[in-house]
Amino acid sequence: MAFSVNFPLFSIVLCFMSAVLAALISGRAARAVTLALCALTAAGALILMFFGIRTGAATEYLMGHFPRPWGNELRFGILEPLLVLLFSLVMLLTLLGGRKQLELDLEKSKSNLYYMMCDLVLASLIALSYTNDIFTGYVFLEICTIAACGLLMIRQIGRTTLAATRYMIFSLIGSGLFLLGIVFLYAVTGQLLMPDLKAAIVSLWANGSYRTVLITGISLVSIGLAVKSGLFPFHFWMPDTYGYATPSSGGILSGLVSKGYIFLLIKLVLSVFTEDVFYKSGLSNVLYVLGAAGIIVGSIGALMEKDVFRMVAYSSAAQIGYIFMGIGISPDLGMLAAVFHIMTHALTKPMLFLASAQLSQAAGGKKRENWLGAAHFNRAAGAAFGFGTLSMIGIPLTMGFVSKYRFALAAFEKSELIVPTLVVLAASTILNAMYFIRVLVVLYSSPAEDKPRVRIRDQIPFAVSAALLILMNLAAGTAAKPLVGLISRGLGLM
Amino acid sequence: MKNGKKRSIKAFLRDWDAGRFDLDAAAAEPYSAAPEGESAEGTATPEESLPRRDVKAYRAVYPLLAAMLGAIMIVFLFLAVLDLPAFGKAGNPSENEVVRRYVESGLSETGAVNIVSGVILDYRAFDTLGESHVLFTGLAAVLILLLELDGKKEEPDLGLIRMKADSILGTAARLLIPIIVLFGIYVILNGHLGPGGGFSGGAIIGAGLILYAEAFGYEGLERFLNFRSFRIICLAALWFYSISKCYSFFCGANGLHTVFTTGTPGRILSAGLILPLNIAVGVVVACTMYGLYSLFQRGRI
Repeated sequence: MAFSVNFPLFSIVLCFMSAVLAALISGRAARAVTLALCALTAAGALILMFFGIRTGAATEYLMGHFPRPWGNELRFGILEPLLVLLFSLVMLLTLLGGRKQLELDLEKSKSNLYYMMCDLVLASLIALSYTNDIFTGYVFLEICTIAACGLLMIRQIGRTTLAATRYMIFSLIGSGLFLLGIVFLYAVTGQLLMPDLKAAIVSLWANGSYRTVLITGISLVSIGLAVKSGLFPFHFWMPDTYGYATPSSGGILSGLVSKGYIFLLIKLVLSVFTEDVFYKSGLSNVLYVLGAAGIIVGSIGALMEKDVFRMVAYSSAAQIGYIFMGIGISPDLGMLAAVFHIMTHALTKPMLFLASAQLSQAAGGKKRENWLGAAHFNRAAGAAFGFGTLSMIGIPLTMGFVSKYRFALAAFEKSELIVPTLVVLAASTILNAMYFIRVLVVLYSSPAEDKPRVRIRDQIPFAVSAALLILMNLAAGTAAKPLVGLISRGLGLM
Repeated sequence: MKNGKKRSIKAFLRDWDAGRFDLDAAAAEPYSAAPEGESAEGTATPEESLPRRDVKAYRAVYPLLAAMLGAIMIVFLFLAVLDLPAFGKAGNPSENEVVRRYVESGLSETGAVNIVSGVILDYRAFDTLGESHVLFTGLAAVLILLLELDGKKEEPDLGLIRMKADSILGTAARLLIPIIVLFGIYVILNGHLGPGGGFSGGAIIGAGLILYAEAFGYEGLERFLNFRSFRIICLAALWFYSISKCYSFFCGANGLHTVFTTGTPGRILSAGLILPLNIAVGVVVACTMYGLYSLFQRGRI
């Protein structure tokens, strides 16, 4: 066994240790530790991904001396390291790019606590991606929830505290449903490790016993994760949560945390619930309908919003809708589109939040009317925002185009889904274009008054991280084939 | 506000919910806070987050939908519970090879007489590693919310909430605290031999510390448990857990032998890592309980 299979264990333990250490050191030191940690976990995940590609098989890694079904276990093939790589890279770039706002928003004596929460979120994202045990999933769900609330609350203005409370209530309802679902499944199977749970569910389903319990358990788990990631009609916390947090937190929460939950659901659907139970029991249709409704409702919400931050946040609700729609379509092509869209959104949304913060600062307000000509005062942020919106709308050459193309392609697998999917895609593209291009027009029209310019050399961290995010997006958007191939191989291994 | 003078609680809550409450003044957007004060106008006009009409419609539909959703949930859950296997019956699906091995070979494989400790700290130690960090995360979140480091250095007036001079409480506490703390230590140290362990023992010690603070004030405790030493103790306990378990997982996954042995079951120094891990968990739990209490009462540890 290659040494690289130990990297998941090391990265989780390192994240925990640096989180605990962050309580004792200054904010600057904690920041350095967190950035180094993100880089390390990214490197480890990259190596592990190449290991997975070379061997072409998934690895089961014992956490202790006892094999499943007795002890905890991790399991990774190609897709899990790929997502961990994405999560740690995006977190690194988000923290780098949001540095200026972080200095403004964080109380100096508490900034180390912010980076502690980042470490904990990273630890739980890694564990959620790698775990092969449904209860470990729950434990790290809890860490992720509490740490995400911490990331929100650190900007102590009334509205953020309110938003954090609301977020916590929704998130805890989601965790509670998830736990209840595990209890039901455990009561009729007696297993917690995913492969054994799968075997038990398949045999119970085949002989038809405990069908109500199985369906209830599976739906509670799926709905719990859907509530936590903000699927329609549980998306109303989003605008306040993402819109009033410090921009790095908004980026991490919308781009990464919700994706961690969704990836756990994808993992459960593929390697526990199985195609038979999940897709033939009609649960996938529920997710499909809610996802499609979420796309439309989120887009309309964004269209009616004057505050640009809240608009970007509403657009997140629509993107979550896309991902769930993909999960609902089919376990192969639909799932592929969903995973691709997870990547698109994780690479785009944090950049949009960071750029909006920069532009608001340059324009002197968060409302659209304040933004008249703001891109002239801060060209880097204007370019990043412009590119982000193009990717969100789905202009060719960006990742957004590829994911919409993949969703449409997936719909052709099932004849009854072709028309609704295409209609929803078309309508949402038009709505996206309406609200994003409206902002772009305001952003690049000639300003009413002259304001101080922010030059690129004054904000190198932001410019660099935005440039890297744009480059990754362009690379994956123009040459999507290798990435799509990688994802489909990874899905095959799960 | 239309009915400006007689603002009922309801109106108050409505304004809070719609974002028109004073909080928005506190939530003055820092990005627009230009030094010249040109943004004063922007912060003074409260933000219209939702048009009034929408709020009304929302309020009419929302309780209805919530009631429907709740009713559907209740029906589904009842149906599922009716379908569940009878509680605790022999031959239930949950009585399988997993539980059988825990019960039959738990003692010989982990060295712990208390099977629960064996399961949570050996078979499924990774979950418990996460779980002890959940406590730490919760404490850190409360720190973010409540910690007051700068500015308000002086002790807030606790006269109403702390009964420092209460002689009944003082006498009872003097009698009880040694027993409570000793019992907590006993529960932790015997976690692998009988019922108990780090979580329950730590909670008992935490209760003892809280009782001490309540009866005699924080000054005595601060001689050994100030904010700095508090963080060092947490760091030591959690790092010990992480490092030792990382070593043990690494050995287990790579098929290596660890230096920890199960020892003679029933002896106090047995069961390999379980005793030290119980101590670490106990320390974290006690610290968390005391820390939460202190933070909620006076805004610092």
